[in-house]
Amino acid sequence: MTLDFSELKMDQLIEATNETFYMTTISLVGTFVFGLLLGLLLYLTDKEGIWENKIINFIIATFVNVFRAIPFIILILLLFPVTRVLVGTIRGPEAALPALILAAAPFYGRLVEIALKEVDKGVVEAAKAMGSSTARIIFRVLLPESMPALVSGLTVTAISLIGYTAMAGAIGAGGLGSYAYYTGFQRKIFEIVLVCSVLIVIIVFIFQFIGDFISKKIDKR
Amino acid sequence: MISIHGLEKTYAINDHSIRAVDDLTLDIEAGEIFGVIGYSGAGKSTFVRLLNRLEEPTAGSIMIDGKDMMQLNTKRLREARQDIGMIFQHFNLLWSRTTEQNIAFPLEIARMPKKERQARVKELIKLVGLEGREKAYPSQLSGGQKQRVGIARALANNPKLLLCDEATSALDPETTHSILDLLVDINKKLGLTIVLITHEMNVIRKICHRVAVMEEGKVVETGNVYHVFREPQHEVTKRFIGEVLEDGEDDETLEDVLREVDRVGKVARLRFQGTATNDALISNIAKKFSIEVNILQGKITKTTYGTVGTLVIQLIGDRREIDDVLSYIKDADVVVEVVRDDT
Repeated sequence: MTLDFSELKMDQLIEATNETFYMTTISLVGTFVFGLLLGLLLYLTDKEGIWENKIINFIIATFVNVFRAIPFIILILLLFPVTRVLVGTIRGPEAALPALILAAAPFYGRLVEIALKEVDKGVVEAAKAMGSSTARIIFRVLLPESMPALVSGLTVTAISLIGYTAMAGAIGAGGLGSYAYYTGFQRKIFEIVLVCSVLIVIIVFIFQFIGDFISKKIDKR
Repeated sequence: MISIHGLEKTYAINDHSIRAVDDLTLDIEAGEIFGVIGYSGAGKSTFVRLLNRLEEPTAGSIMIDGKDMMQLNTKRLREARQDIGMIFQHFNLLWSRTTEQNIAFPLEIARMPKKERQARVKELIKLVGLEGREKAYPSQLSGGQKQRVGIARALANNPKLLLCDEATSALDPETTHSILDLLVDINKKLGLTIVLITHEMNVIRKICHRVAVMEEGKVVETGNVYHVFREPQHEVTKRFIGEVLEDGEDDETLEDVLREVDRVGKVARLRFQGTATNDALISNIAKKFSIEVNILQGKITKTTYGTVGTLVIQLIGDRREIDDVLSYIKDADVVVEVVRDDT
């Protein structure tokens, strides 16, 4: 079998790669914000937490568990009506964002919760003893002290997100997944599938490398 | 400085409740180093956390520096806490911050402007002797240095009160010593009141003025350290003092010692009760009297108020001169008891 790359259009490939980057980065930002919020709320409302509250903790935990349980491909379909209202269309990279964030944020939220639980309780106690407000405990103690774990958690989440964007691509969101499926697989041009795979692996490696680098750099333990 | 009345803390665990602190009434004066000693589970750690309301008391009242701690709302409580420093057994430093950033943390909480903050941090670093380690992260510091950072941080907002929760329990004896010296130093320099929780009688003996002994949530004995050492009333206190003096086995070992000593002269047991001349007593005897002094056994310890303990000596020489020596010792406010007379 010989490889024939003549069907591979460079401009299409670049556009698809850009779309994948776009979807991953924007949804990663959204995931970071919402995941952090969910994780903090899970941690703070937990038993012996600063805002200990069984009911709120239960509601958030249920929300997180439900959305983590739904397979991503089904979640996109399920969200079509919401997406249409929010984005105005169900096709293209923008349309994939709500589903991507809703799938990844609960996952990241759990990672955030675990990271926060690793923060030494004594340090939180010391901050309280100094007269620190809850906001300062969150922003000056909890988040900085758990930063390496928050970053490595975000790296793991980013890699799942890249996988999700490819899946979303297969049902019309664009990006490398879409290019591999519609242009490559359906027209039986194996070379395009191959090139897309290689590109996705490279993107994953880039994210992994950056994440590991930052995480190591900020860890002073 | 601190006035505690009927303080109580009960925890509900499953169906039964545990009373960690039980009807505790105590007064702590300004400028003193007040020790609270107890075995683990005695409630001393809970007690110290009730003072700044890290734990909410179930009942009772706490007055600190004229403030009724129980009446403070969240905001006022935070302000009050800025005037109460606290140090911990495991230091509780932020690993993500350097020495100077850790020390600056309480100043950030108190919203001190950056310029003043930097100046204050410099002062504090000098006070606790950490010059040259400003940029080091906690992971690069030794245990003693970490506790120095902890102390500097606790003192940052010029508190009038310092709470120490087992502050030396994670340190080796030598480091413990240097940290205790530092605490005494700041107590004198800044006139700071210190409440110190520990399970080591040695810590109490070395630096405390007064002590409260806790057992099962109650204060079973309180008084100035010297008196408590000399006349311990409660079983727990006696056990703690025994750890320092190794009392109790006294008579048994004394017999063993006596068996091996030639039966000449007199053997006397001296009980030291804290007079200042103790250090020179034996050498003074040797200088003033033409008598031979053998030290047979001794269990002596120093407290903030003077020497406490027993010393067994043998006096060999002229009978009358030996009696002179004994009355000389009595005059130095040391209790003398002749254990064997072979003159």
